Amino acid sequence: MTALKNAVKGQGKIYNEPRPLYMDFQATTPMDPRVLDAMLPYQVNYYGNPHSRTHAYGWESESAMETARKQQVADLIGADPREIIFTSGATESNNMAIKGVARFYQAKKRHVITTQTEHKCVLDSCRVLESEGFSITYLPVQTNGLLDLELLEASIRPDTSLLSVMTINNEIGVRQPIEEIGQICRSKGVFFHTDAAQAVGKIPLNVTDCKIDLMSISGHKIYGPKGVGALYVRRRPRVRMEPIQNGGGQERGLRSGTVPTPLAVGLGAACSIAQHEMEYDHNRVSMLANRLVQKIMAGLPDVIMNGDPVRRYPGCVNLSFAYVEGESLLMALKDVALSSGSACTSASLEPSYVLRAIGADEDLAHSSIRFGIGRFTTEEEVDYTAEKCIHQVSRLREMSPLWEMVQEGIDLKSIKWTQH
Amino acid sequence: MVLLLKCLSPLGFITRRLSAPEFITQCCYHKKVVDHYENPRNVGTLDKQSKNVGTGLVGAPACGDVMKLQIEVDDQGKIVDARFKTFGCGSAIASSSLATEWVKGKSVDEALMIKNTDIAKELCLPPVKLHCSMLAEDAIKAALADYRLKQQDDQQEAVRASN
Repeated sequence: MTALKNAVKGQGKIYNEPRPLYMDFQATTPMDPRVLDAMLPYQVNYYGNPHSRTHAYGWESESAMETARKQQVADLIGADPREIIFTSGATESNNMAIKGVARFYQAKKRHVITTQTEHKCVLDSCRVLESEGFSITYLPVQTNGLLDLELLEASIRPDTSLLSVMTINNEIGVRQPIEEIGQICRSKGVFFHTDAAQAVGKIPLNVTDCKIDLMSISGHKIYGPKGVGALYVRRRPRVRMEPIQNGGGQERGLRSGTVPTPLAVGLGAACSIAQHEMEYDHNRVSMLANRLVQKIMAGLPDVIMNGDPVRRYPGCVNLSFAYVEGESLLMALKDVALSSGSACTSASLEPSYVLRAIGADEDLAHSSIRFGIGRFTTEEEVDYTAEKCIHQVSRLREMSPLWEMVQEGIDLKSIKWTQH
Repeated sequence: MVLLLKCLSPLGFITRRLSAPEFITQCCYHKKVVDHYENPRNVGTLDKQSKNVGTGLVGAPACGDVMKLQIEVDDQGKIVDARFKTFGCGSAIASSSLATEWVKGKSVDEALMIKNTDIAKELCLPPVKLHCSMLAEDAIKAALADYRLKQQDDQQEAVRASN
């Protein structure tokens, strides 16, 4: 772990300045050195194509790939190894699941349900299906970020083929009631897909208990390599899908293409480590997250946590600092790597659609910051971030006309602003 | 072969230009913008009720940008002091800070000539941030308009008082 610390705290590659503290674990995670150790031999030594049937190079690669599939990925989620398909990442898995399943059953079923807070790849896949003539329902969420189960049940029609709801939201960390949703879907005969990229390896997930039919897994969210993921596709009852990527019929014909052995081994190693260390990591991350939130809330007034405070993954903390704009706060916290839901940080100048879906006031959506805590975060980093945050928010509030008006007792909602 | 090299070299030039720092729009701030944020000039408030102070409040919290710019004008029509407060991104803060720097010492008419393009050029704002400089120009104009209004009210009152 010391080696990792030293490597990370080296000089930055581009900007010749010391690198910031990393507090953006929802965006990506550093690869665990143990995962790298597992992968390296398959890069330079055991480099065969796992689909080569005729020689030892192929056999040893295939064996490694199957070990990763069986003992590691499948074990983590309680699946059969034949149900795991390696892909290039959760985006591809989501595309495959949504488009593949919808298109296969399109003769009789042309309705798909999803939520307004899904990841862009899910929403965009649904948009493509809409242009193909499908009808999509985008379910709203409540102000705490959770779905209304009655509304969900009411939205299911006889021609619904698929329901897609993400397990843990990547922006606000909210955890949907997956077991109940799975139960509803099973009782109505609708396939249940969940984008579990942020959940796998962090909370216990069992595809049988939760009645999940399809699940997307991402490598680089669980300290594994980038460029690999997996899709769980249930065999009993069988889920049929049209493949998106055609070719030599690898991965049960659902995803043709050479499986990248080193990446698959890396994903397997990451899942295996996650399974063994899940409880320890979860406790530690919870402790650090509580520490961060309590420090910040004690040091600053008018801080709002976005998303349900209880039904969430603790490592994803999304806070709105009223009267301070998100991008200016990110600039102020330049030695901490964070992310914001504000418009200025997106190319389109629109604030985050997730925050809008939970009904956050528009100005609060511009004021949000996401803190991501992970396996390698230390207490000093959390303390430093909290102190810096308190200091800079206070400073920015001194510069803010909105704060000034609120101190004078003016109700901001009563002012007629000049629109732009 | 020579022909091939001749065709490839402009491509190389283009790719080098495209990866030059000015084209990386979102990932780092120009040092002038950072400077204005870390050492802001003229943050604060002037007395709103004073006859010599014009206050401009532009933008909307829903858009993520609100600027308040105040100017103090002496009896000769010259701006002697300016203050700002901004709710907005780094470029918005820098634009309004620069605006207060530039209006100081100018007459009311000269200040009206300040254009958003000048602000954007000075701060090297990328295209996606140009609206910040536009808002700063609006803030200056709003402050000047408010001052003018106060002066007109003053004159009308003086006329009424003498009648």
